[in-house]
Amino acid sequence: MHLLFPLVLSALLFAVGVYGVLARRNVVLVLMSVELMLNAVNLDLVAFDVWLRDALHAGQSLALFVITIAAAEVGLGLAIVLQVFRQRATVAVDALDELAEPDTLVQGGAPAEPVAVPASAASPVPAGAATGPATGSAESGAPRGSGAERGDAPAGGPAGSP
Amino acid sequence: MSGYEVVFTLLGVVTVGSAVLVVTTRNVVRAALWLVVTLGAIAGCYLVLTAELVAVVQLLIYVGAVVVLLLFAVMFTRAPIGPATDLDTGNRPVAVLVALATAGLLVVLLVDAFRQAYVTVGSAPPGSAEAVGGAVFRTWVLPFEVVSVLLLAALVGAVVLSRPDIGTAESR
Repeated sequence: MHLLFPLVLSALLFAVGVYGVLARRNVVLVLMSVELMLNAVNLDLVAFDVWLRDALHAGQSLALFVITIAAAEVGLGLAIVLQVFRQRATVAVDALDELAEPDTLVQGGAPAEPVAVPASAASPVPAGAATGPATGSAESGAPRGSGAERGDAPAGGPAGSP
Repeated sequence: MSGYEVVFTLLGVVTVGSAVLVVTTRNVVRAALWLVVTLGAIAGCYLVLTAELVAVVQLLIYVGAVVVLLLFAVMFTRAPIGPATDLDTGNRPVAVLVALATAGLLVVLLVDAFRQAYVTVGSAPPGSAEAVGGAVFRTWVLPFEVVSVLLLAALVGAVVLSRPDIGTAESR
């Protein structure tokens, strides 16, 4: 069998995964596209292993490791997606744009004004936020945390605590 | 074309077709189910390449565990079960361009590099459970242990992330 059969198949699969990562809006669908790309790499690894007739089976062993790491990645990804959904009530990747820079994105050029405006506007906000909610959360957060621990101790104690 | 090539071509058509359906369908649950078809066809490709253990592990872990986890994620995030119209972002034309460029670049590069490479499937040492298991537990035992520790760390991390009653007061 020509080696190009698995290689071209893996290249096409990788391109489909790239399209899915770039074009999908739901985080779960983006994770599925990442799985497609990982499978393309696995197919390459197995094909080269068989082509080189590796006595140590390096390619197939590495494919097994990649499958294991993909399982770990999906588990962690699911946990992160659930946390994001709890806090934001959305899983759309283009709605999670708090780290974007809207001024430079919209205008494209002219970096002098958009840099100056967030610098002057942003400096008082962390000062007030650092003093106000820090003490508030320290006062209200500590009783809430101890109360949650006390409240959860009978229910979650046998399963969670050693 | 030999028999191997015919079978591999059929499996490849199924793989790429269902993968395109995964990234284009308007139904989240159906995308997960088409992913099952894709992963199963790839397991068939592994079988044609005589990698039996990788094919079985692919079926066990990917189809058995990963897709179930993804379906859990779909259910937990209250994704629309029926067809939805807003599953694609606005940069879809750019994504098509980038994907076509990736596919073209990779295919041209691979065809140019491996034009004379032939796999003699029958005479290659088969990747049976005995052979690959011996390689994993003799030669690659250190990466195996590292991966097991990583899996444990990911497990603990996922539990800590998904339980709201664990963690400091500042992180909430």
